[in-house]
Amino acid sequence: MLAPLHKRLLNDYQQDFPLSPTPYRDIAEQLGVSEDEVLNAFQTLSEQQMISRIGPVIAPNSIGNSALVAMAVPEIDLARVAELVSAYPEVNHNYERENRFNLWFVLIADSETHLKAVIADIETQTGYPTMLLPMLADYFINLGFELNLHD
Amino acid sequence: MIDAIDYQLIAAVQAGLPIAARPYAVIAEQLAITEQDVIERLARLKTQGLIKRWGVVVKHRQLGYRANAMIVMNVPDERVARVGALISQQACVNLCYQRPRQGEVWPYNLYCMIHGKSREVVLEQWAELRHDCNLSDYPFEVLFSRRCFKQRGALYARQIAKGDGPTPSLIGEEIKNKLSFGVHFA
Repeated sequence: MLAPLHKRLLNDYQQDFPLSPTPYRDIAEQLGVSEDEVLNAFQTLSEQQMISRIGPVIAPNSIGNSALVAMAVPEIDLARVAELVSAYPEVNHNYERENRFNLWFVLIADSETHLKAVIADIETQTGYPTMLLPMLADYFINLGFELNLHD
Repeated sequence: MIDAIDYQLIAAVQAGLPIAARPYAVIAEQLAITEQDVIERLARLKTQGLIKRWGVVVKHRQLGYRANAMIVMNVPDERVARVGALISQQACVNLCYQRPRQGEVWPYNLYCMIHGKSREVVLEQWAELRHDCNLSDYPFEVLFSRRCFKQRGALYARQIAKGDGPTPSLIGEEIKNKLSFGVHFA
């Protein structure tokens, strides 16, 4: 169960974390608690893996090239293929999904050439073809994740 | 518009801002620039749109949002921008992208994501979304996630010192040039 302070910290600072010399103190003042409480709470949330980080979400394709990639892998071979794919530093998210295309991952490379080279390497290493799905348009402005604070 | 120090700054902050009283000063010291410079650069990168948002990135699975569906739709090209903008405004939708169709094998061009605490909740939200946004004409598939093999923030720039870069065979001229000022992209 999340403490009320933890919920506020998780929900209210996804979009505009203070860009001031003392951001945690600013948050403490906004929420009417001490700076130490805020620092300790973020430390706890981080240790408990509730937050991935306090940091930037970079706009897709503003630096380098990224693409979603899908593969259709026989169930019996999925663990091996997933492990091979995850080992690439260029791979960020890598999920199994319920579909005939059952492995989905995001690749980020410094250039299209590099991206294609990684894709070719993955196909060679795994023995399966890939389906490359680059972003054409991003319709979403606010990337924050709204938590339901009432449960 | 974006200089070498900006890239070094992104490399320094992408793993996360330190949880300390003066976090930007910690980053500043690593880069040998001033705290004020760090803050001004981050504010500018945000205004420029390169940093889409600056703040807490939650791990939704850990927070109990274990049902995660990627929904793909086939929307006529002339309507896709309008439909994309519309569904992006719905509270349950987290991401919404247009991607190229792959012929008959994968005829979908609009992707969105719904996270929920259960499969039932996600399917209810999808049903509402279809109704509210008039999506019933469009073929779709719902792809719930099963296993998560890897999840981390996108690594766009990394300091060489921290180093597990791309496999050497993949390092092209472009990356080598970037290495010359101490950062590369991955």
